[in-house]
Amino acid sequence: MSINHLRLRSALGQAGTIAVTLLGLLMLTFIIGRMMPADPVRAIVGEEASPEIYQQVYLQLGLDRPVWEQFLRYLGDVLTGDFGTSIRTGKPVIEDILHVMPATMELATFAILIGAGLGIPLGVTAAVNKDRWPDHLVRVFSLFGHSMPIFWTGMIALIVFYAGLGWVGGSGRMSQFYIGMVPDRTGFLLIDSLISGQFDVFASAINHLILPASLLGYSSSAYITRMTRSFMLDQLGQEYMTTARVKGLSRGQTIWRHAFGNIRVQLVTIVALAYGSLLEGAVLIETVFAWPGFGQYLTSNLIIGDMNAVMTCVLIVGVIFIALNLLSDLLYRLFDPRTK
Amino acid sequence: MEKPILEVQNLCIRYNGAPVDAVRGVSFTLGRERLGIVGESGSGKSTVGRALLRLLPGARVTADRMQFEDLDLLGLSERQMLKVRGRRMSMILQDPKFSLNPIQRVGHQVAETFLRHFSVSKAEAKTKTLEMLAAVKIRDPERVHDLYPHEISGGMGQRVMIAMMLLADPDLVIADEPTSALDVTVRLQVLTILDGLVRDRGIGLIMISHDLNLVRNFCDRVLIMYAGRVVETLDARSMDQAQHPYTRGLLAAQPRIGGPRQPLAVLDRRPEWKEEPAQ
Amino acid sequence: MTAAPVPRLPGPLLAARNILTFLLRVPTSAFGLVVLTILIVTAGFAPWIATHDPYVQDLNNVLQAPGNGHLFGTDELGRDIFSRLVWGARITLTIIFLVSIVVGPIGLIVGTTSGYLGGRFDTVMMRITDIFLSFPSLILSLAFVAALGPSLNNAIIAIGLTAWPPIARLARAETMTFRKADYIAAARLQGASPLRIIVKSIMPMCLPSVLIRLTLNMATVILTAAGLGFLGLGAQPPLPEWGAMIATGRRYMIDSWWLVTFPGLAILCVSLAFNLLGDGLRDALDPKQMNRR
Repeated sequence: MSINHLRLRSALGQAGTIAVTLLGLLMLTFIIGRMMPADPVRAIVGEEASPEIYQQVYLQLGLDRPVWEQFLRYLGDVLTGDFGTSIRTGKPVIEDILHVMPATMELATFAILIGAGLGIPLGVTAAVNKDRWPDHLVRVFSLFGHSMPIFWTGMIALIVFYAGLGWVGGSGRMSQFYIGMVPDRTGFLLIDSLISGQFDVFASAINHLILPASLLGYSSSAYITRMTRSFMLDQLGQEYMTTARVKGLSRGQTIWRHAFGNIRVQLVTIVALAYGSLLEGAVLIETVFAWPGFGQYLTSNLIIGDMNAVMTCVLIVGVIFIALNLLSDLLYRLFDPRTK
Repeated sequence: MEKPILEVQNLCIRYNGAPVDAVRGVSFTLGRERLGIVGESGSGKSTVGRALLRLLPGARVTADRMQFEDLDLLGLSERQMLKVRGRRMSMILQDPKFSLNPIQRVGHQVAETFLRHFSVSKAEAKTKTLEMLAAVKIRDPERVHDLYPHEISGGMGQRVMIAMMLLADPDLVIADEPTSALDVTVRLQVLTILDGLVRDRGIGLIMISHDLNLVRNFCDRVLIMYAGRVVETLDARSMDQAQHPYTRGLLAAQPRIGGPRQPLAVLDRRPEWKEEPAQ
Repeated sequence: MTAAPVPRLPGPLLAARNILTFLLRVPTSAFGLVVLTILIVTAGFAPWIATHDPYVQDLNNVLQAPGNGHLFGTDELGRDIFSRLVWGARITLTIIFLVSIVVGPIGLIVGTTSGYLGGRFDTVMMRITDIFLSFPSLILSLAFVAALGPSLNNAIIAIGLTAWPPIARLARAETMTFRKADYIAAARLQGASPLRIIVKSIMPMCLPSVLIRLTLNMATVILTAAGLGFLGLGAQPPLPEWGAMIATGRRYMIDSWWLVTFPGLAILCVSLAFNLLGDGLRDALDPKQMNRR
């Protein structure tokens, strides 16, 4: 009874923390929106509008009201799912974002698979060979991935693998030739092309995806490698590793069955967090590869100062981050027997 | 005397990068008996145990002879050692809080020993595991089988450890401070269980401890180690006839109920004991 | 009893020398030190090192391949890329310097006061850092720059605004460990005000780890600054900022690879140098590691 009670209290406390963080997030985006140099009224009515119309829209937007009232109004709008209209496209911002999100998620998902597929084995190798040459090699390799300006690496990779060797597709999600051929069902091109049975489009999509996803994956693998290494080192020093050896298990078996088995939950949480940070790289890599996703939507709106769109994008990134944090916390509680 | 299980002659161990040997010229033989190795921390007693299992990757181990039954332990490849560890020679570690894998179920960990050495089905291994858990006097083996290490007490954890290490029916068990992490009240209980199993199954036991009283009650013979060297070997019953001043010092430093109420003797440590030839 | 000034200058100097020797012994961190030295020397002596004026256009000599008196070739306006890179080192160094000046004190003040005072104040401050930490730093910098208007100074401010929370976290954690120490209690018993204790006793203790953390963060700062420059939100043309150079070179990259290659290599080298140096510093200052060598 009392344990359940405590758990309920901690859950409530956590919910409160999240609510406060979300409120802070909204406040931050509101402040950023207010600070923007672009005149929101002018953006709506256009340059040639008469002062009367300007005044009318000004009042309509509530810009004559005190700041806190404007914030409450913004809060109310957001809570009812109204994120405003994009000046550039004239459509509700949230609709735009939902439209571009699948492209980014496709990219990010592939990237995280590559990042984890690279980072986890490398981290284990480094830990097992601590302070010997494989460890040093892995360290330099992953620091390199962490240090490269991804927009630049993207260009160099395009020059080499697309223009030079012709191994992969260039910019965009598929060849120009195929654009518009696949009906948009889920927004995920790989899935849509399979559903409609157009395998050549699928191949083209993979061909275009592989380069940006690999680069993003490599850059995120640095973090995954480092965390894997340090988690493994923690486990390798534990006494139960000796127990496993005494039982007659080989070194490889103890490493994979016991040490690695014990860090799986931690790894899942790390990968979840790395998935969120991919959004950062995506903003840059999407610009280089003309990838019609969230990152490109954000940057193109930034440059023209489309306030509603930028605020909502920032808000969504924040919410995704909070959600991923929460998710990794939850996974930890669910799968680690010690937290029960 | 029957054929010994283990013969060690002139065992020397040096950790990589260390200026001196951690263990120097240790020799002893072990039959189907219970041998205690006593010494203070740093005397090299645990190092000897691990060297027998060849679990000292960062050390150089040399000996004139290290014969375990029909096997020359120093000559075996790592591959052959895998068949020795757990199956013919095993070790009970000090603290079940650390020596059991915290996120695997107890039963699974015990059964792993059996599955490693015998090609049996999971169900057979489970039956065997439950039997063994019962043999270490765990009252409700079915329930304990599915618990995690943090859900059981220290005493029960150490009984699980014993079950795990005796499951494959080894000929030699090394117990490295098996009770020092336990509450005083359950120490005796755990030791009695271990002692009973060792006697019933005719297993050779090496009990490594810093506790002279415990060793003298549960062992047949006792090696006293000081600074990596065996200073004296004694029959457990004739402990009071110890010759070496270090052993006498250890004995004098033991409090006794009903003994004189003076301050206990302070242990004397003389540098020349480090150099004195063993035996 | 008055706090007599203890002559402790030799201590830190000695420590600095030890750390330096340690870093130079490891090849990777030695590389980091060398690159950073080159960066500082280049920035300091830019007018003497550069072979050309970084801003003078020569429209008869555009998109020249490397060689022919132009070490790294020329850009689309005929400017010498090598000289622009050399002058760009000044911009990079300015960014590093200004961001450190903004981030270090903010992080230190927020962290130490909330760690020392605790209670409500601490909760509120930590909530605020949480909010900042719930964004990837580039995205938040982007939003700030969008709000402030694109320019190099605004980019520096934006990066500064997003880079302080980890420092504050660190300083707070350090403060929590010192707060209960006897010498702090002694200072309190003497009637020292919280302000005095924080400034005189706690901040100096937190300084070393904060400095290390700043070094480690510099790689991220450089990449973020370059990213902003690349997106046209940082330094504006014709400033020879490396990220902005890549952005303008992008149009010509397929035919004139040198426009993007060299500035990118420069960014990569500097950020790698900071990462390697930070990695080495962490080892150098970790006592556990020191004993094992």
